[in-house]
Amino acid sequence: MSESNLVMQHSLAKYLRQERMPHIWCEGCGNGILLNCFLQAIDELKVDLDKIVVVSGIGCIGRIAGYINVDSFHTTHGRAIAFATGVKLANPELTVVVISGDGDLFAIGGNHFIHAARRNVDIKVICANNFNYGMTGGQYGPTTPLDAWTTTTPYGNIEHPFNLAHLAAAAGAVYVARWTSLHVRRLKASITKALQKEGFSFIEMISPCPEIFDRYNKMGTAVDVMKWFKLVSQVRHGYDPAKAEITKTQILVGEFVDIEKPSYGRLLRDMTSRVQEKLKGENT
Amino acid sequence: MLNESRAVLTGTHFMSGDLACAEGALAAGCRFFGGYPITPATEISERMSRRLVEVGGVFVQMEDEIGSIAAVIGASYAGKKAMTATSGPGFSLMQENIGLAVMTETPLVIVNIMRGGPSTGQPTMPGQQDVMQARWGSHGDYEIIALTPSSVQEMFDLTIECFNLAETYRVPVILLADEIIGHMWERVRIPPAEQITVVSRKKPKVPAAEYQPFKPDKDLVPPMACFGEGYRFHATGLTHDEKGAPRTVSVDVQTKLVKRLSDKIRKNAKKIVKVQRVMLEDADVAVVAYGIPSRAALSAVRTARKEGVKAGLLRLVTIWPFPQDLVSDVAKQVKAIIVPEMNYGQLVREVERAAKTTPVILLSKLGEEPHRPSEIIEAMRRAVK
Repeated sequence: MSESNLVMQHSLAKYLRQERMPHIWCEGCGNGILLNCFLQAIDELKVDLDKIVVVSGIGCIGRIAGYINVDSFHTTHGRAIAFATGVKLANPELTVVVISGDGDLFAIGGNHFIHAARRNVDIKVICANNFNYGMTGGQYGPTTPLDAWTTTTPYGNIEHPFNLAHLAAAAGAVYVARWTSLHVRRLKASITKALQKEGFSFIEMISPCPEIFDRYNKMGTAVDVMKWFKLVSQVRHGYDPAKAEITKTQILVGEFVDIEKPSYGRLLRDMTSRVQEKLKGENT
Repeated sequence: MLNESRAVLTGTHFMSGDLACAEGALAAGCRFFGGYPITPATEISERMSRRLVEVGGVFVQMEDEIGSIAAVIGASYAGKKAMTATSGPGFSLMQENIGLAVMTETPLVIVNIMRGGPSTGQPTMPGQQDVMQARWGSHGDYEIIALTPSSVQEMFDLTIECFNLAETYRVPVILLADEIIGHMWERVRIPPAEQITVVSRKKPKVPAAEYQPFKPDKDLVPPMACFGEGYRFHATGLTHDEKGAPRTVSVDVQTKLVKRLSDKIRKNAKKIVKVQRVMLEDADVAVVAYGIPSRAALSAVRTARKEGVKAGLLRLVTIWPFPQDLVSDVAKQVKAIIVPEMNYGQLVREVERAAKTTPVILLSKLGEEPHRPSEIIEAMRRAVK
């Protein structure tokens, strides 16, 4: 059977722009797993496909917006969240999801991330964290572990990485979860939850990067990396994300934050109603 | 509706250029503003933050100008007429996403109230130093539309025109004003709403399954679906085919796309370009001016005529696309062209190119005071001697 026939027969194929297949991702990459989990989530929720927008930035995972058959936009590097903010505020009926990578969201786009979280804009941000810039050939980024080898850290990385879950929580996100690409059911459950929750939600998925980062750092095959995820990850719901740093021997996963706070859109609508009521009073 | 009735403040007002710009935007149907404070454009943000809420629109102050224009592109794709306003440093930060707006054919308006540069320069002083940045600031080949108001009334009128052009051609349009026009207070007449021409983007007429987001009509402009309308389309800053699919190594697709993005402006330039001609019929010497220097130029032309010098003015309302043919025609009949600019010589290069062998004299001003009519008259006298 041809590759395209296999794609056609998949139960989630109806959510894909099938003419864009095959995708660009390497074998063993976690991006396909993330795509699968996302599609399962929208399938389970029976999301109105005319009212959901997927926005991505630049990088390997940035191509995901083009693969999902909903309204989608592939922005400039780092600007997916700022673009998504405009979409959501301009049309609050839309469910707006940003799916992008660690470099895109937290290096070049870091400022937009913290401010969207602070404002509590009602968008969902899903990050595929593979610890490096894969598309450009494996340079170090804001999540690269100390001492790791990349093409721009030939003597080992001397920069401390971000703990993304902690950053998101500190900036004001109302929902923060971390999973690895091994935790497919839990990842799907988190996406499902975030899609239904009002406010700025952040989900981090730790991903293998078998052809680039993992190979440079002698981490073995994608299967070996998945085995490592299994070995070192521990589920800790409600754990303080400040203490959930990722190390070689421990990846704490789970739902770290799940709080209620009025979203920017809600506050904006309330303010607009108040102002318009007042103006109506002045007019009569 | 209460909110719509407040959108157009019909009547005669005394206001600054920045405020008139905000009112023009509202009258044109702008319902989303994303901005970041910067002198001398901040008053536009302030006015929009108050007025947009009154008419049920959205104002958001973003974390920087990169975020501002990204949000404006998003809002436009979500179906709102959208705008941002800034000055030189912020305009520099916007350049990459101006390219994204060109590539994704996003209607939007960028107001740049120019001050002195380079860098932080002179924030409260006037300048016209972003003329070439407006034209070529983003990477890659593209055409752009930029209008240059020379009065507070034009800040109102041309902001509306910017939106109409943006919606007609699916392009970002730049209102390029200087600090004097932005901060000057003058009388503004705002007509009744029904007398204001407002253009909105054309919508697809085909079923969603057949819709190709970047397939142009004969006018080279593709009809625009927006998010949430059921068309389920994809847009990308990558080179793309008419379906919106990335085509990153096809020379044919790249050539066809880049040419169309430019040609939809080039081939419609005659419809886009607006100029004002003053006493050019028998002129021996002409001033080509735009923005604040055109006011001194007008005064200079009138005074020179009283002295017997046959002077005329070609005031450029549109500087991009550059009115090449109109400047060439003027150049054929005059002994010299004088170009007063508040920079060290930018648009003068385009004038020289159009003027061919006719001498072109640059009157450069850097900061503080605009040109005095007497300086322009002096240049005219020398030119016709």
